[in-house]
Amino acid sequence: MWAMIVKEFRQVRRDRRTLAMMIVLPVLLLVVLGYAASFDVKTITVAASGPQAGSVASILRAPFDVTRTAPDRGPSWARDQLRDGKADVAVVTGGARPHVLIDGSQLFSAKAALAALAEMQQRAPSGPGGTGLHPTVTVLYNPGLKTSNIMIPGLCGVVLVFVGTIITSLGVVRERQTGTLEQLAVMPLKPRDVFLGKIVPYFLVAAVDLAIVLAVGITIFGVPFHGSPATFGLGALLFLFVTLGIGVLISSVSQNQGQAIQLAVMTLLPQVLLSGLIFPLSSIAAGVRWIAYFLPLTYFNQISRGVMLRAEPITALWQPFVFLALLGVIVVTGATLRFRSYLAPAARERRPRKAAVQAQGAGA
Amino acid sequence: MTSEWGAENLYVSYGKIVALDGVSLSAPPGQVTAVVGGDGAGKSTLLRCLAGALAPDSGIVRRPDKHRLGYLPASSGIYPDLTVAENLDFRAVGYGMPARLARERAAEYLERAGLTSAAGRLAGQLSGGMRQKLAVIAAMLHHPELVVLDEPTTGVDPVSRSGLWWLIARAAAEGCAIVMATTYLDEAERCSSVLVLDGGTMIASGTAEDIVAAMPGSLRPAVAKPDGDAARRAWRRAGQWRVWDPGGAKAGQGERQGGDPITPDLQDAVTVAALAWGGAA
Repeated sequence: MWAMIVKEFRQVRRDRRTLAMMIVLPVLLLVVLGYAASFDVKTITVAASGPQAGSVASILRAPFDVTRTAPDRGPSWARDQLRDGKADVAVVTGGARPHVLIDGSQLFSAKAALAALAEMQQRAPSGPGGTGLHPTVTVLYNPGLKTSNIMIPGLCGVVLVFVGTIITSLGVVRERQTGTLEQLAVMPLKPRDVFLGKIVPYFLVAAVDLAIVLAVGITIFGVPFHGSPATFGLGALLFLFVTLGIGVLISSVSQNQGQAIQLAVMTLLPQVLLSGLIFPLSSIAAGVRWIAYFLPLTYFNQISRGVMLRAEPITALWQPFVFLALLGVIVVTGATLRFRSYLAPAARERRPRKAAVQAQGAGA
Repeated sequence: MTSEWGAENLYVSYGKIVALDGVSLSAPPGQVTAVVGGDGAGKSTLLRCLAGALAPDSGIVRRPDKHRLGYLPASSGIYPDLTVAENLDFRAVGYGMPARLARERAAEYLERAGLTSAAGRLAGQLSGGMRQKLAVIAAMLHHPELVVLDEPTTGVDPVSRSGLWWLIARAAAEGCAIVMATTYLDEAERCSSVLVLDGGTMIASGTAEDIVAAMPGSLRPAVAKPDGDAARRAWRRAGQWRVWDPGGAKAGQGERQGGDPITPDLQDAVTVAALAWGGAA
């Protein structure tokens, strides 16, 4: 048994990546999750419209934070603020009673807003001066505040990460393990063709997966799809572009399938935990939240929830689209360069070292 | 067609380890050139450079373009999760072969290699010898001008080896230049020329006869391993010890010293070249 223990330790010591997974990752995850794991909503952004828009700020206390007011605009402006993700809550004044609109696609903010409004009404006595305390309340986009409605659009992204990153990285690294990558390098194939030939099948599989998940989500869980399928499709396309690129990048730095899976899991975990899929982005501590902005799932979440639940137009979603495209260009360029270096070994223009030349002379 | 493919003065290092140190090789059309040497001698590195899978640090490689080059890497380059026919189909499409020609040639090669009945089997389920035959067929399917084979016969049973040799000899007869690494010196003797590598350096080259004739000193038999300095120059082969005498006369020449000198073959000459290179002289 002692021999086995010693052998295992020797193997683990040499496999630095596994060692890192065993020691560094749990600590890292605990720290990150500790800061990230929060459903508490401390701030609820509010947009107010109508003649009394200016006074809404003085009536609403924390956690409400009135960030936009438009006294000369009406209910449609207020709805647009919610639809375009510019506020969690909108207050429309000018009627007999103020009308509070709550964005149900921001589940935790919506629940917090309802609770805060109820508390305010309990505390403040009704009377002629209490204009803001007896509003009519409407929850938009997810009226039943169903968890599945906000989870399934995000889960579409997780499915794409799974196929895009994990399966692709395995497929490419398998070529190296079986030694067929070297065979491909000497065949009359362009690196670009090999690269595309490798990822297109996974792209199609991921697209089919996405369609299935969407169909199941809509038919079984009753998740609405209010927005434009084209906008959603474009977002999914860009997102797949990034995740497939990450898969190829992982495979290019992995020697075997085990290493590829380890690395892929390392990219999958933070995406699931920090992208806003589970914990609202606004609840994640700022010290950890910045990581979310480097994760493609963060942007896909915004696009999928925006399009499916709020029918958000592409003009309002330009930011996640631009960031996804940017991430895609960076990742795919890196992956292509790494891939190309395997398939087209560049001539190394280094001169032979003097010592080696002497050794050659001695042997001649 | 270029008259001769090959490499000149190749130098390759992996970090501080020199893998090839000024190695040159000629691969004339219609001939089989063997690259021999022990583990870590630099055979695979030389072949990878020749095939274009590895760029040397310096030196010149003369090879045809990728359409006219066939390569069998040490790992065989066969997809284990594709069938024999699918592997050949992928190769044919990759090299831009017309479908009909590819089908006819694959059928002919499989027939001659005794693999016709295995065409529908997964390559990963084939025996070692069958898989190597498939790999050689795949490397030659498109009738390349230069075929680079990294140890095609290692670990292959004698019957399969003869099948492989039929494929190799036929390609050479059709004018193909073949470079193959091997650890079997009886195979190397069948080749037109032999390059012997040790520690990344050429220690002998030429025809097998040239290498044997150029062997310095002589070989003598011994019943037991000699003592002292001679022990470093002794090895056991076919049940008896052989001792290399760097200054001795060759078989049939000079005086008798402790037994009749042995007429050396390529295996002896390569062993002596390695000893001489290692400083045993």
